[in-house]
Amino acid sequence: MRPRGRKPRGGNSKLPDATGLELIAQRIRTSLGDEAVTGTTYYREQATVDVAPEAVHDALEYLSRADEEPWTRLSSLHGVDYLPEEPRLGVHYQLLSMERCDRLNLRTRVGADDAHLPTVIDLFPTADFQEREVYDMFGVVFDGHPDLRRILLPEDYTGYPQRRDFPMGGEPVLFTFNEHKYPRWYD
Amino acid sequence: MTDDPLSVPYRERERSVTMEPMGADDDLHEELFTLNIGPHHPATHGVLRLLTTLEGEVVRDIKPIIGYVHTGIEKSCEDQQYWKVITFVERMDYLAYYFNASAYCMSVEKLLEIEVPDRAQYLRVIHMELNRIASHLFALATGALDLGAITMLWWGCRDRDLVLDLFEMSSGQRMHPRYIQIGGVFEDIPPGWVEKTRKFLKLMPTRLDQYEDLLDRNEIWLERLKGTGVISQERALELGVTGPLLRATGHPWDLRKAMPYSCYEQFDFDVPVGHHGDNYDRFKVRMDEMRQSIRIVEQALDGLPEGDHITTDRKVALPPRHELATSMEALIHHFKLVTEGFRVPPGEAYTAIESPRGELGCYVLADGSAKPARVHMRDPSFVNLMSLPDMARDSLIADFIACVAMLDPILGGVDR
Repeated sequence: MRPRGRKPRGGNSKLPDATGLELIAQRIRTSLGDEAVTGTTYYREQATVDVAPEAVHDALEYLSRADEEPWTRLSSLHGVDYLPEEPRLGVHYQLLSMERCDRLNLRTRVGADDAHLPTVIDLFPTADFQEREVYDMFGVVFDGHPDLRRILLPEDYTGYPQRRDFPMGGEPVLFTFNEHKYPRWYD
Repeated sequence: MTDDPLSVPYRERERSVTMEPMGADDDLHEELFTLNIGPHHPATHGVLRLLTTLEGEVVRDIKPIIGYVHTGIEKSCEDQQYWKVITFVERMDYLAYYFNASAYCMSVEKLLEIEVPDRAQYLRVIHMELNRIASHLFALATGALDLGAITMLWWGCRDRDLVLDLFEMSSGQRMHPRYIQIGGVFEDIPPGWVEKTRKFLKLMPTRLDQYEDLLDRNEIWLERLKGTGVISQERALELGVTGPLLRATGHPWDLRKAMPYSCYEQFDFDVPVGHHGDNYDRFKVRMDEMRQSIRIVEQALDGLPEGDHITTDRKVALPPRHELATSMEALIHHFKLVTEGFRVPPGEAYTAIESPRGELGCYVLADGSAKPARVHMRDPSFVNLMSLPDMARDSLIADFIACVAMLDPILGGVDR
């Protein structure tokens, strides 16, 4: 058994630190223009770059291909609803570097009414199902996705249930005695 | 496709079989045939529907259609206090409950900035590794059943039961034990548990040898697994495949080694890898991982430190039962925790751990209240399922069944 060292907290490594994060943000700005990066957050040893929605694809292309310290893997893509804030919906791209054992979170924010983002499926094929899930749950449309349909909910479902203003509550189970009450089933 | 994909009428899109009469000059030998496998089919490991395009007996394309057990767990979590969410997330990947709870608890602990005592970390590791053995055993048992080896089903379930007995003894439940809590674990292990676990650890390697004797020299087993369902390492990485599937292609990516969490950096274990990325390598990697898990549990039992099993921060963890009779403060803390729960400072955290199926990530968004604003699980089954068409394309339909068996998707985790 190895001698006990200091425990790393929470399971992820600590780099990039706050300075490293600023350097990454600066490199994105240099290559894509100042308005591409809208901010950086370093919180609980996690680095997050905020990127303008129209710059998401370019920023990810830069980070995964051209950057001097490339982030080659997209480990997770998920949506989130920051309800009282505007713009409301957020999409997170959890980037991973298997060489440096390091993570970087790229975040973008879009409004709920006209949520459009460029797809990143050409950069990361793993985004396929995950973008469909974000579309399904939050209604963010990924332009250019080859097969953007609902993935977990039924195809005739209306609404985006993971939004914070979508009411919590059960779906009625359809039986022959009550199916007339829910005419959507016949439509 | 129109701009709004939802505008296409229901069921139109998936229509594949037509009732039109076949023309006399149609070449029947080159007809593509669409077969709908699932959702209710034992070989799909849950309610997985696979829209398969066949040419004769050769699979040309597969579209996985999921969502049949979507129960909105992530949405339900938003209406629960932090400590009650554990019950929900455990039910996602229902064979790896300790991992779900760990990933979630570690995210919340990160937001709360609380230290988990050493003993709790060890107990977590012990339970997670036992859970990994149980999960791999069940994958092997049902996988072998798909390939016709029914003995393996009984043997696998028999030995998985021994692990469940240990879970029952330590936490009172065989499945979904809610043992891992924010700040530590629910209870210290009972007297006699260590001895019982050691007995199991001594027995298990002999059982693994038994399985290998049964399967690894079996002509049918080898014929059906070797060289089938091959996926290249590059493609697996592109598709975000993790866990035993990625390691079977020869990539030694294991979060326990790469980004150690809990106390994995203190244990000596190997990361088994395969060579070809075929179904046989996946089987072998899982077998070897069980042996490594046994090693980890042995070391953890040897080095199990004394101390608290849960953080002493009374704002987060319930006070011990005996204090309730004597301490007014403990009673207040207990009351506050049970009625209101604790508040988590606003912020977001993503934590990833190595579940039996790959990277299990948990994202938690806290808005300062006693309930999380968002809980998202990056479930490895969900992502790994994307590689199924690549594995099974242009192979025989029987090999594709082997692919599903060795892919080991858990539909509770896929659909959440």
